[in-house]
Amino acid sequence: MWGNNWNWSEALTQFQMRLGAPEGAARLVAYGLGAVVLVTIALTLVLFLIWVTRKVVSRIQDRLGPNRLGPYGLFQSVADALKLLTKEDITPRNADVISYNLAPVFDVFGVFLTLTVVAWAPGLIGADLNIGVPFLVALGAIGIMSALMAGWSSSNKYALLSGFRVVAQLLSYEIPMVLSMFLPVLLIGSMKLGTISASQSLYLFGFNLGLGWTVFIMPAAALIYFISALAEAEQTPFDLLEAESELIAGFHIEYSGMKFAMFFLAQFMNSFFLGAIAVMLFFGGYQGPFVDQLPILGAFYLLIKAMLVYLVTQWIKGTFPRLRVDQMMQFAWKVLVPLVLALVLWQMIVMKIFSSSWMQDVSILIGNLVVGGVVLNVISNYLRRQKVVTKRAFEPKSLIGVMEPVVSSGD
Amino acid sequence: MSLPEMSALFPTLQEVIFVLFALLIAVTSLIAAMAPNLFHNALGLVATLFGIAGIYFMLEAEFVGVSQILVYIGAIATLITFAIMLTRGMMFGRTSAMNRQGLAGAIISGLFFVVLLGIVFQVPWPNVVADITDGEALIANLGALFVSTYLLPFELLALLLLVALTGALLLARDR
Repeated sequence: MWGNNWNWSEALTQFQMRLGAPEGAARLVAYGLGAVVLVTIALTLVLFLIWVTRKVVSRIQDRLGPNRLGPYGLFQSVADALKLLTKEDITPRNADVISYNLAPVFDVFGVFLTLTVVAWAPGLIGADLNIGVPFLVALGAIGIMSALMAGWSSSNKYALLSGFRVVAQLLSYEIPMVLSMFLPVLLIGSMKLGTISASQSLYLFGFNLGLGWTVFIMPAAALIYFISALAEAEQTPFDLLEAESELIAGFHIEYSGMKFAMFFLAQFMNSFFLGAIAVMLFFGGYQGPFVDQLPILGAFYLLIKAMLVYLVTQWIKGTFPRLRVDQMMQFAWKVLVPLVLALVLWQMIVMKIFSSSWMQDVSILIGNLVVGGVVLNVISNYLRRQKVVTKRAFEPKSLIGVMEPVVSSGD
Repeated sequence: MSLPEMSALFPTLQEVIFVLFALLIAVTSLIAAMAPNLFHNALGLVATLFGIAGIYFMLEAEFVGVSQILVYIGAIATLITFAIMLTRGMMFGRTSAMNRQGLAGAIISGLFFVVLLGIVFQVPWPNVVADITDGEALIANLGALFVSTYLLPFELLALLLLVALTGALLLARDR
């Protein structure tokens, strides 16, 4: 039953037709069931993700985190969700009612659509679209529009400023993200996420180790994707949209109760599923040992890998300071965009020159190592320079009259 | 009445979806043209573009549909909205959709509608379904055509974008 070309929607349709249902209705029910299951899984996942975030961040900050409700405080998110449901729903008097109410709906809608193309296991993918990767990119447009609508319709200056920042940040980081997403597409020659996941297998004596991950030959592309995805998901070094000290809560400042919860939900799901996309493109998707023998293991591998990526983002959240707006924009346009363009160009030339696949792989790896080195060098140089600047800022220059950096006290 | 005759009375699912999309496009483009608030005009434009993308998806031109969303909504509509948000006076005030050229505009658009009607009914539209290669081969063909048959227009478009980019840099430069 679970052969090479097994497909969940076909199997479900066939099953209903054997029970005597007409084909159209059976197909409708099959897809409807699939959608309901996916959305339910996603919503349950979010409750868990919130708990993970709170636990990880509190461990980093030397706290215990939620520990009262259920084992290890697991049910704390359920209580929070119930509390949000019972909160008063406030609409500002000057708000533009239609766009104010539509914005959170669109935000969640855009993120839920990502679920369509997540390849959980061989044959277990909502819809393996021919245009899987560009589809994911296009969904980002919905997120931008909903943030703009929320920022404008709240008729609040902080929300409006945050709306401007959303456009600047998301549009800038979309470019390196899209280009780095297309590097594995270029190598594998398919935009279907199912095919991309399937082709990252590695056969050793006829046994699928499932370790032919593209990250092994394009680490720099994975790094650039990860940085841009952090910015797209509004995660910590780039969480300028809700910088409390500057903008209070960002574009959703005027939202309360369930509408606020929807923005919250969309943000958590977005950061998790951008990680899942990274896993599908660079970390082998559902590939792993014994996937050929037991395909449902693929969903387990995918979730484990995506959760590890999510943990890394939470680790960054707990440790990194926030960037300034100009630093964020400069990093996108002066570092990431030229480097990812160089990567694309290098990979196209290499794939045209060498016909043997291992020569291609080795040359792509060399190009990636060079670019990855440049990215890391830029970041570390920047951090070193920042340290000097901060120390100078604390020096009482006007009293002494010299401008020398303070000698490091051995830290 | 036999069963095929009965079913001919009901619209197919595709027709229903087409009518829904067409209604969406019609209503939202009216909003884009007529609504008294400039931001609502922009949102109406976005919804119109979404509806057109939906029509593309229905015609199984998925790549065109996604490009439509990516380019028109992701970039152009967002920039239009952004420009409107920057002009604060226009943002919350009510602007009239009409000006003194209303009558001339109505006449011109009426004439244009007549011309369009003539084209729709006079042109012998090819009713042959071409041999459509499905799936990914379609997109691969598109890419191959861009760098072979349509290389010159493609490169000219790239040049145009480069000129626009340089011009924007020149205008925004600190002097």
